[in-house]
Amino acid sequence: MTMIFGIPVQALMGQLLVGLINGSFYALLSLGLAVIFGLLRVINFAHGAQYMLGAFVALLLATHGGIGYWPALILAPLIVGLFGAVIERTMLSRLYSLDPLYGLLFTFGLALTIEGTFRYFFGASGSPYAAPPSLGGGVNLGFMFLPVYRGWVVVASLVVCLGIWLLIEKTKLGAYLRAATENPTLVQSFGVNVPLLLTLTYGLGAGLAGFAGVLAAPVYQVSPLMGSNLIIIVFAVVVIGGMGSILGAIVTGYLLGIAEGLTKVFYPEASNIVVFVIMAIVLILRPAGLFGKDV
Amino acid sequence: MAHGHTNTEARAAHPQASALKTGLLLTLLALLLAAPFFLYPIFLMKLLCFALFAAAFNLLLGYTGLLSFGHAAFFGGAAYFTGHAVKVWGFPPELGILLGMAGAAVLGLVMGLIAIRRQGIYFAMITLALSQMFFFFCVQSSFTHGEDGLQSIPRGHLFGFINLSDTTNMYFFVLAVFLIGMALIWRIVNSPFGMILKSIRENENRAISLGYSVARYKLAAFVMSATLTGMAGGLKALVFQFATLTDVTWQMSGEVILMTLLGGIGTLIGPVFGAGIVVTLQNYLATSDFPVTIITGVVFMACVLLFRRGLVGEFYASRIGRSLGFNPEK
Repeated sequence: MTMIFGIPVQALMGQLLVGLINGSFYALLSLGLAVIFGLLRVINFAHGAQYMLGAFVALLLATHGGIGYWPALILAPLIVGLFGAVIERTMLSRLYSLDPLYGLLFTFGLALTIEGTFRYFFGASGSPYAAPPSLGGGVNLGFMFLPVYRGWVVVASLVVCLGIWLLIEKTKLGAYLRAATENPTLVQSFGVNVPLLLTLTYGLGAGLAGFAGVLAAPVYQVSPLMGSNLIIIVFAVVVIGGMGSILGAIVTGYLLGIAEGLTKVFYPEASNIVVFVIMAIVLILRPAGLFGKDV
Repeated sequence: MAHGHTNTEARAAHPQASALKTGLLLTLLALLLAAPFFLYPIFLMKLLCFALFAAAFNLLLGYTGLLSFGHAAFFGGAAYFTGHAVKVWGFPPELGILLGMAGAAVLGLVMGLIAIRRQGIYFAMITLALSQMFFFFCVQSSFTHGEDGLQSIPRGHLFGFINLSDTTNMYFFVLAVFLIGMALIWRIVNSPFGMILKSIRENENRAISLGYSVARYKLAAFVMSATLTGMAGGLKALVFQFATLTDVTWQMSGEVILMTLLGGIGTLIGPVFGAGIVVTLQNYLATSDFPVTIITGVVFMACVLLFRRGLVGEFYASRIGRSLGFNPEK
């Protein structure tokens, strides 16, 4: 068996893949957080709950409506996004004139409510959600066995991250978004409907979390608490990357997933905390974050 | 949290208000002294522990304007430290609590040094992440006994001769520690140091331009808040005679924020009321199968949307409160 640094290459590659998959979810979620924060100046604590919501919508669509994976991959993010937009319009939008901390506290309460409700109706244990048959099985890459679904997760998240980045950097809508981030009053005076833009942005961010949830459903168990611990890691990712840059959020997400995977190989005891340790080191050496400009 | 609430304590120059306040405080004290003869003492002790926890947390949020999402690390951490010192090293209870406070202070210093490098919303996220790191440390270390927790911690003898296994003795010990903690917080808030903290809360840049080294003041406030939180945590370990992972989770950090928000950020007595309401609610709901999280979440959202001053703060700002002179300037 081939060895690298005294570790069998298969174990190394296996953990790297796990890391890459976790990184895909970190990237998708921190991207959504960064998009929302960029325009709304709100840290969306409910992001983990919205991710869980996406997985549950897919599960419920399958069990009650007989709707399969592929339609659910489109429908669930739309439903979660719509839910997010309604929350933004009716409640969150009242908090913009206040200290940003109130937005964090409000979305924290929202997360508790959503998770509590699902726990009440579905219990704390997880339910399995089957991957579509077209993505079943695996490919032998020679040095390791790659389950097709896991490869799909990495590809799908890369494509979506890239798509969102292009949307924000290269389209007219993206230009409005960036302009409204710089100076909302000025943009509104040019006749752009900024409140609508805010609603759309929050819906987009929530929808992204929902998409990540559907993607995650076949990999992890669908359970009410699947997002609550994840969100804290994603917060650390966002602190490391610096909230200023969309690309920074994506790159940091993947890098930290891989770092976590490697830690599992070389020093398993620390794999739970490696992201937080990296966060502490980055804060000491470069308080603004790797890609951030503001402190 | 620089606006939306005003500091009422320092400004109660109105003679009517101060007389009323003294009266209220004395009534409250009398109630606390008599309470164990009418209510379940363990419940009361739990309430006092959480009230002190929330008041210590409010020292940071209400008077310095820093939102920490990681105070569970100090609360649960001190519970472990005190429990370990009393159970394994055979410390007397008073020294055990002091050791728990010292441990929380060290933890606060380390976390504070890292977290004050960023402001506002980032500060909240960093403290949350660091406390989650401490949580994983507690899951894996041997002295915490992981999932089992530290069980059957002896209450011991206070000063070597007061037997704390007796519930009444224990209650008055808890009450005494609570009052000492509250007096310390009152002293800090109304000292020149406390005034500088408030100036940082109101306008950090102006405080910097006046020549105050804001980072050091923030760090000092953070460590003080952590230490007093440790006092509450160590006390709780002695009351319940166990220390478990529950007290280190981020949910616990959220709970103390709720208590403070519900009672009134930046009021001395608000967090005590907030803790009272939340603990009572939990006690009441513990027997039903309806999850507390839903109620907690809804109350959280309602507080943020509808009454950000909290119950006590809203009372101070109401017409009755103002006519009694609680809030003479606004």
